[in-house]
Amino acid sequence: MSPAELLVIDDLSVTYALPRGRRLMAVANVSFTVYRGETLGLVGESGCGKSTISRAIMQLPPPTGGSVIFEGRNLAKLDTATLRRARKRLHMIFQDPISSLNPRRKVGDIVAEPLAIAGIGGTEDRRRRVRAVLETVGLDPDQIMDRRPHEFSGGQCQRIAIARALVTEPQLVICDEPVSALDVSVRAQILNCLEDMKTRYGLTLLFISHDLAVVKNISDRVAVMYLGRLCELAPSARLYAAPLHPYTAALMAAIPVMDPDWSPSPSHLLAGELPSPMNPPSGCRFRTRCPRAAPLCAARAPEWQEAEAGHFVACHFPLVASDTISPARQS
Amino acid sequence: MTDAGPALLEVNNLTTHFHTPRGPLRAVDGVSFSLRRGQTLGIVGESGSGKSALARTIIGILSKRRTTTTGRIAFEGRDLLTLSEPDMRDIRGRDIAMVFQDPTSSLNPVKRIGVQITEVLARHLGLRGCAARSRATELLTSVGLSLPEERLHQYPHQLSGGMRQRVAIAIALACDPKLLIADEPTTSLDVTIQAQILDLLHRRQKAHDMAMILISHDLGVVAGYTDAVAVMYAGQVVEQASTRSLFRNCRMPYTAALMRSAPNLSDPPHTRLRAIAGRPPDMVLPPPGCRFGPRCDHATDICRNERPTLSASDAVGAHLYACWHPVASPGASA
Amino acid sequence: MSAFADDPGHETASAMAAPSPMQVRDRLGFRFWLPAVWIAIVVALATTANLLPLPSPIETDFAALSNWPDRTHWFGTDQLGRDILSRAIFGARISLTVGLLAPALGLGIGMLLGMAAGYFRGRVEAVIAAAMDAVMAFPGILVVLAVTAYVGASVPLLVIVLGVLTVPTFMRVARANTLVFAQHDFVLAARAMGATHWRVLSLEILPNVVIPMLIYALLVISRIIVVEGVLSFLGLSLPAPWPTWGNMIADGQVDLATLPYIPFIPAALMFLTVLSINLIGERLRARTDLRGSAL
Repeated sequence: MSPAELLVIDDLSVTYALPRGRRLMAVANVSFTVYRGETLGLVGESGCGKSTISRAIMQLPPPTGGSVIFEGRNLAKLDTATLRRARKRLHMIFQDPISSLNPRRKVGDIVAEPLAIAGIGGTEDRRRRVRAVLETVGLDPDQIMDRRPHEFSGGQCQRIAIARALVTEPQLVICDEPVSALDVSVRAQILNCLEDMKTRYGLTLLFISHDLAVVKNISDRVAVMYLGRLCELAPSARLYAAPLHPYTAALMAAIPVMDPDWSPSPSHLLAGELPSPMNPPSGCRFRTRCPRAAPLCAARAPEWQEAEAGHFVACHFPLVASDTISPARQS
Repeated sequence: MTDAGPALLEVNNLTTHFHTPRGPLRAVDGVSFSLRRGQTLGIVGESGSGKSALARTIIGILSKRRTTTTGRIAFEGRDLLTLSEPDMRDIRGRDIAMVFQDPTSSLNPVKRIGVQITEVLARHLGLRGCAARSRATELLTSVGLSLPEERLHQYPHQLSGGMRQRVAIAIALACDPKLLIADEPTTSLDVTIQAQILDLLHRRQKAHDMAMILISHDLGVVAGYTDAVAVMYAGQVVEQASTRSLFRNCRMPYTAALMRSAPNLSDPPHTRLRAIAGRPPDMVLPPPGCRFGPRCDHATDICRNERPTLSASDAVGAHLYACWHPVASPGASA
Repeated sequence: MSAFADDPGHETASAMAAPSPMQVRDRLGFRFWLPAVWIAIVVALATTANLLPLPSPIETDFAALSNWPDRTHWFGTDQLGRDILSRAIFGARISLTVGLLAPALGLGIGMLLGMAAGYFRGRVEAVIAAAMDAVMAFPGILVVLAVTAYVGASVPLLVIVLGVLTVPTFMRVARANTLVFAQHDFVLAARAMGATHWRVLSLEILPNVVIPMLIYALLVISRIIVVEGVLSFLGLSLPAPWPTWGNMIADGQVDLATLPYIPFIPAALMFLTVLSINLIGERLRARTDLRGSAL
């Protein structure tokens, strides 16, 4: 493992046992690497397993297969005490800022909690650190430390959650849909705040979202998931300019464009619904909705291959450049 | 809204106040617009801007005890606000239907889908038995549900979110309403399903010459599927124009800021977003003058003291905005 | 705000100062304060009964047997010439002691078990639920009868038996609340930060669960006061001559036709007290529900 690799996910699988002996494979054989200092975006629709991956990285619960190697150590193999110490170096920000803050605790205590758990500093030192981090996320410590979360708006709560994630100065922050619950105007504030914090603290981000425009804005590289598997991973500019996987192309075509002259053409709508993860299609999981599906797709799952330098795809019939210039605009 | 033809819906100076312990909350504050058959009006705004309250006021489902409504809502010439509750119940579902954001809570979880559709058919059209069943099957087919016969026997929880929203739309369209109000119909759905649903609504609307009010917080959704757009902020319409004019030529700084603040797919990664400072005002004690004033870069003394009225920018009178210092056109190219 | 000096996107302090709807609380109103004052009076009298210039509750005034209320005996005297006001105040002690201690015992045990069941789920929950089913299947009143017959009536016995009988309901309320709050992201956040289960339970879940539990406890208190009344009416609480509201009613029933005030006064006191506690509980519940919905 090279020093540039901060987090290596190798062959990660998460299976849930359901009643009556059924099993649900929420994440199947996913591998990717997050390099120091980058932002890796993870996109996919609901139920694709992207949040399950974030939980598996945090070992809440640990994955059922594969490994999560953070700073050279396999988190699943660590004993409870060592894992607890490692946790101050990776943190998480959640989708619903209001649910992620305890309504009965004061903001000052909420933000100081990671320090208290890690046993860092005394009361005074903690207070000083909390004030500093609140200031950097754009909140006035004097006004908010002694108040409770319900007195604040969603955007302010998300800033408090960011402050809490940063107070132990972690290496990696996993952002699980951090702006999905926020209004458009507040969303931009929080995305800017995350970018600023990344620079200031030298963070590495794993940014999970269903919103392709948001992911493109914040990520250096983007991975696309469908029904528990990775479809494609590439530098973001490259992925958005020339997607190789038909699913990525379909996702992009479905984004409404803020242009009155653009009228969506029904021919590019992705047909059908997400299949049940309990009973996923054989071979390529996207084949039931894929316009390019062939018998081979049902017979064999496509390999995860590097089509170009740094551009990975899992598809038997990847799109070529001429197909993908602008799948949304042709009609 | 310039063309001839009588308006199907004409809303005039509509105001809805919610009673709160702190005083009246002005959820809708002096809104006027009109809508003809076959036309789609988009209403855009952030949460708390009053767009949902406006929809609920029009369809008359707000508690009379907790709200006060004034103004006029003329639907085919009849003022809905003066109608009795039984009359209103006849109109609701038959002439005006509504699709909500969350199909999970708008469908009854303990009733089969077939029953929920045929109830509406029986109530408004008097269809029963076989006729109702075949009409229900037809409706489910028309909203793009596979295996409609089987779906009739299923419960909502057996369907995915997208399919549930299709059922909700089928129920809304059951009586061929003249006006459909869709309140964030795709917000809880995935982007590929959203495209399907918006396309479905669009096609059904064209086929039946139905008027539609499409409420969304997403400017992209509104841009592709509407003829005209009203932008709401803090209970008021701050800009109203044809969709093309609004996106090409927006005048109100709030609209411009809203367009700029959303990440754009055509920008390279790490493009700094231009966020709007602050947050919407307290609707019980809104600021005097322009409601957007405290967050506006262009605000001056007049903005803080006097409320701008919604007025036309050109001779045709099609592009309305409420602003003392409108941004120079073209705002959308920023 | 140093990092944001050039950024118009941060929310300013002035925007934050705008009061949110949640900051202005609606008043509790007289439906809360009237019963609260009544409870305060009853508690104050009961706790200071020894210091008050009252005639002894067990001594007989032979000059005044079965006196209707008058200037010397405000609430009258009973058939044995005992001052009813004094007996009522001393009787309140028993009612309140049992009424407070038994639910406190049930609350303590029930909340511990319920939080464990709701948080850990799985086997822990199954074992606790089975134990609670067993307790509920237990004929509690019969146990009181049996033990009283054997060792004699005593307040601690009453508290323990009634307390144990309330454990299952407290456990269920605590478990239901814990299930709700354990789903919140702040619990996951705490786990992600490396908090131990104990820390999550005590710092994250307990503060959220304890308030609905205390409000529910008020309803249990009022029920236990009635149950204690019934038990002492049946002679299963403190033995005579010590007064409880229940045995005062029992003593009074003999001459109900001619001396209705004797049972009426303790009955009215019990009614008012129980009603007051219920009203307070109802009002507080409505208030916290309101806050809960805004979460």
